[in-house]
Amino acid sequence: MPREMMYAEAIAVAITEEMQRTPNVVFYGQNMAMTDRDPFVRKFGKDRVRITPISETAELGVAVGAAMMGLRPIVELYMSEFMLVAFDQVINEAPRMRYMSGGQVKVPVVFKAGFGFAAGWAGQHSNCIYSTMMGIPGLKLAVPSNAADALGLMKSAIRDDNPVVYLHHYMLMLDKCAVPDGDHLVPFGVADIKRAGTDVTIVATAWMVKKSLAAAATLAKLGISAEVIDPRTLAPLDVKTIVESVKKTGRLVLVDQAPRQSSAAVIIAGEIAEHGFKYLKAPVKLVTAMDTSVPYSEPMESFVLPSEEKIVATVESVLAKRVAAV
Amino acid sequence: MPSSNQLSRDRLIWMYTQMCRIREFEERVKRTFVEHPGVIRGHAHLADGAEASIVGSLATRQQTDLVMPSYRCHGYPLVLGTPARALMSEIYQRKDGVCKGFGGSMHLADPTRHFPTASGIIGQGIAHAAGAAFAAQVKKTGQVVYSFFGDGSTKQGAFYETLNLAAVWKLPIVFILENNEYQAYTHISLEDANAKAGEPLAQKAKAFSIPGVTVDGTDPLKVYDVMTTAVERARSGQGPSLVESKFYRFSPHGNAITVPPVPTQFQEHESIEVYGNRAEFEAAKKSDPIAKFRAHLIADGFFADADAKKIEETVRAEMEDVVKFALASPFPSPTDAVNYVYA
Repeated sequence: MPREMMYAEAIAVAITEEMQRTPNVVFYGQNMAMTDRDPFVRKFGKDRVRITPISETAELGVAVGAAMMGLRPIVELYMSEFMLVAFDQVINEAPRMRYMSGGQVKVPVVFKAGFGFAAGWAGQHSNCIYSTMMGIPGLKLAVPSNAADALGLMKSAIRDDNPVVYLHHYMLMLDKCAVPDGDHLVPFGVADIKRAGTDVTIVATAWMVKKSLAAAATLAKLGISAEVIDPRTLAPLDVKTIVESVKKTGRLVLVDQAPRQSSAAVIIAGEIAEHGFKYLKAPVKLVTAMDTSVPYSEPMESFVLPSEEKIVATVESVLAKRVAAV
Repeated sequence: MPSSNQLSRDRLIWMYTQMCRIREFEERVKRTFVEHPGVIRGHAHLADGAEASIVGSLATRQQTDLVMPSYRCHGYPLVLGTPARALMSEIYQRKDGVCKGFGGSMHLADPTRHFPTASGIIGQGIAHAAGAAFAAQVKKTGQVVYSFFGDGSTKQGAFYETLNLAAVWKLPIVFILENNEYQAYTHISLEDANAKAGEPLAQKAKAFSIPGVTVDGTDPLKVYDVMTTAVERARSGQGPSLVESKFYRFSPHGNAITVPPVPTQFQEHESIEVYGNRAEFEAAKKSDPIAKFRAHLIADGFFADADAKKIEETVRAEMEDVVKFALASPFPSPTDAVNYVYA
């Protein structure tokens, strides 16, 4: 029987199961494991579950060094922006060590962080910085959109022999869905078709999948059949599944919570321009955040971020182009 | 662990030999820029002047203790037993290099000999070293980690963050601050608050409530004794120490940074090239660790001048062969570049 689980719970379950499975998995971060009552401390003890000072460079660097010596550290970072003060470790240490050593070491770390907190967290705690971590050879990037993927991707991340940045979306934390029983693993680099359709392909990640699925339901009532694809991992990126979908629909709308030119959408658009151009019946369109920082006040925040309405309107415009062309 | 005056004659001669090997290796790297221009690319950083500090430290190691240096990393693996041929081949960008030509001078690595990696970004490797110590602590291996870095690294956030965390977690690690008086090209009096105040850098340890000791890094036996205490403290679960080892690096920070096709070589030391202070350099040369240790061993009757000459001759022959071997080693195949991106 599949289990109904919250997104946040699914992540914790995945970490728990992997820590039970493998003694070398360790888990640490700020403001966690503070007392013996902490559920992870209770299960795994204070050696494997630790609290750290507010020192991201040390936290991430220690993980890199420990991973090279056989541990599988998971670092709890809470917010993806907190990685920025230690970005050397993310971009220029963890993914470089194996290559520079000529394959002599491996760095199986998981850097876990939330992102996209569109709930009044303003300019420095709401951002989507994932595109800065795409295209870093050696680094993997998981971005789950529901509880089942959150669980399966975390388990795969912990078992992966490479550094993985695992980004969970704050706006999805309380969302529930059915999670398959047993040892549920979601492979990296395999996109998931969250809704099948024939008229237009929508590609989205994390919270934007939820918005795109809502838009697709609305579009269905208007007689438009939208296919919604979630890449699930941005690195590696499953371009093939997107191309196959575009082959079928001829139209592509990319939805992304980041500002346009720092979005994953522009990177996907580039791939489709090269590999899917001949299937396109209309120009690729992007629905992204506006080119502003994220404002604090709710009306302004809603205004700059992608919404279901913006997705619906963009899909309609893509289809209207076809009508005009015919 | 015995104190330095209990070290056997064989051990002392081993130490002298290793110091000579480091010096000769670095001299050969330096000469390569003149004798074989273009063979070494990018940036190379030499350890001439650091020999006593490196060997005195590593002489206290137990078999599986880990060594994690900065990018100035040629000397340590020589002592750990990495074939000098493999090190020079790496620096010469060849297939027989210890990292198969993927890393170069700044990124040597030989994990099978307990030298996992070196980071080229100043200070960042200190955190990796603490991570290795964390792994040793969790896995209860009994290993101690030797984390080597320069005085420049102690102005990086990674230094402060890592020493604090290592002290809180009581990690089995010794932080060896190699104070060679220059942060790249900048004299330490211009950038270090302790130095500017005329105080030792070892007192940075006070910020983390751990022992901080300053030692004459031109004397391998003094280094050995200080390190013995620090390593025993780490191994017995009492946590880290900071050892400030003071010596002078005889070469400049690295070969001159030039843009191809302009050839690059080692210029004179910054004291002369930048600051016009030849007297400082000449004074430092008088305290050459190799000459001092040689004289000490002869004076105390551990070997005669002829024995020392024989060692020096053997080392020269070894490094002559190393250069020949590395020059003859093939380049990697261009398509090898796609390997090792992912494990």
